Amino acid sequence: MAIVSIKNMSKSYWRDSYEIKVLNNISFDIPEGEFLGLMGPSGSGKTTLLNLVAGIDKPTQGSIEVAGTEITSLGESELAKWRARHVGFVFQFYNLMPVLTAYENVELPLLLSKLSKKERREHVEFSLRIVGLEDRMDHYPKQLSGGQEQRVAIARAIVSDPTIIVADEPTGDLDKVSAGEILKLMERLNGEFKKTIVMVTHDPRAAEKAHTVRHLDKGELT
Amino acid sequence: MRVLKLIYKNMLRHKLRTTLTVLGIAVAVTSFGLLRTVVTAWYSGVESSAANRLITRHSVSFIFPLPFSYRDRISMIDGVQKVAFANWFGGVYIDKKEFFARLGVDADNYFEVYPELLISPDQLQAFKQDRSGCIIGEQIAQRYNLKVGDIMPVEGDIYPGKWEFTIRGIYKPRDKTTDPSNMLFQWKYIEERLRQEWPERAGYVGWYITEIKDPKNSAAISKKIDELFSNSPAETKTETERAFQQGFMASVSAILTAMNVMSFVIIGIILLVLGNTMIMGTRERTREYAVLKTLGFSKAHLFGLIGGESLSIAMIGAALGLALTFPMIKGFESALPKGWFPIFNLETVTLLLACGSAFLVGLLAAIFPLQRAISTKIVDGLRQIG
Repeated sequence: MAIVSIKNMSKSYWRDSYEIKVLNNISFDIPEGEFLGLMGPSGSGKTTLLNLVAGIDKPTQGSIEVAGTEITSLGESELAKWRARHVGFVFQFYNLMPVLTAYENVELPLLLSKLSKKERREHVEFSLRIVGLEDRMDHYPKQLSGGQEQRVAIARAIVSDPTIIVADEPTGDLDKVSAGEILKLMERLNGEFKKTIVMVTHDPRAAEKAHTVRHLDKGELT
Repeated sequence: MRVLKLIYKNMLRHKLRTTLTVLGIAVAVTSFGLLRTVVTAWYSGVESSAANRLITRHSVSFIFPLPFSYRDRISMIDGVQKVAFANWFGGVYIDKKEFFARLGVDADNYFEVYPELLISPDQLQAFKQDRSGCIIGEQIAQRYNLKVGDIMPVEGDIYPGKWEFTIRGIYKPRDKTTDPSNMLFQWKYIEERLRQEWPERAGYVGWYITEIKDPKNSAAISKKIDELFSNSPAETKTETERAFQQGFMASVSAILTAMNVMSFVIIGIILLVLGNTMIMGTRERTREYAVLKTLGFSKAHLFGLIGGESLSIAMIGAALGLALTFPMIKGFESALPKGWFPIFNLETVTLLLACGSAFLVGLLAAIFPLQRAISTKIVDGLRQIG
């Protein structure tokens, strides 16, 4: 069963009066529980495709259905709520709030839920345990290594039990060892916790971990 | 709670910047409070004016006296309730720097037309029975540690010679707008001495205070009074007490207007200071706001974060500024010659204006950064470096 269904989707940007086509009439499905790797040269549209699937950008045309919801028809505030419920984000540069501790960073998405403080604590501690950072929850991002920061970011991505996890070059800013740990963690999330993962990467070793790898070139799937 | 914590932590990211902004706001609020207090002090006489009192003075200038005989003629006009009079005495008490109003007044009616000067019946009676008696305001009594029965020697200048007055009463002001620093004594005391020493100056008073039944008739009664004395050697000009007081202010009105304008220009300056701080802060956090939006935080949340931070800085600055305003006003007052401003208080309305302005500035300063944070697309925000 497809958790993500993309049909005839195109995306263009306008620079002054010039139209720049980033994605061109793309159609494909992502099955539930999939670990999909998206590869391609710079400017091929990988991150744009990821952003569209995650609902942080809108296509110029076509449809994107995620977990039964046609997200292209949602308004801005509905889309924000939808993202909070269904999507976990992992960025290349972690994007943690520098003024919040690891615990507080992971708790951020839960502040939008109706969970009690106690329930939030349980979820946050569970997520930090999964990424192996339960002993660093009071540390600020600047007190953590790059790999640890990315693990906190992954904990933040999974804390609300999202439908899909989107990761934009999650190992792009890490050394080999840390990158290996992050990929192992991603594999575990997919294998053990059955999370659907869509990952953009340049790294062939990262792509090896994915079940399926799709290549993008000049806005088209090859 | 977490949002409040985030606001708090965001404020402390650049401690020096936030501290300087808070201090800037505090200085501005203090200056605003001080300027407004000075302006209010100048206008305190106008504020205390009663609608049912008319002032009749010489048509040429306030410094020219009016014949005492006018009192009975004014009393006979329809609509007039009571007539009292007063006379500027001047003089020096202790030192020229020790300034307060010293007036020879109509002992019979003065305290009736000025019910805001609260005096016990016993003391008033004692005053009326003693030709050289005087009544002083409680501020004068406190300032010079005077009590009933004490003698106040005054060196005359307009009315030369040594004058001694026995304190027969101490009045209290009814409210904050009433001058608590007058020295009032019987006009008859001056008049009797003038008759002996300068008979040509006797028989005159400074101005008349007419209490009327209905304030609506003030214009008509004023006209009748002035018509009564037209084509006489001492023509009159009658106006409401408020207009009379405002006439006094005319000479300094340009300065007061400038001070008034300045007090609001200061508000504009703090808006720019805070606005600048907020714009810098939000520009630095463009990426973080994009992340928050990615996580599902709404415009309202961003408003809470940015507006909350801006309001917090503004209100902390305002609180600090107001806390500094009280000692600043005390210091300013003590630096002035004593009695320069009989009423020099930080008015509640000034406090409210300062707080309200700071709140408004906090909100306004957040608008542009907020608009920027909201309108920046997530994908553009995530690309932001630094």
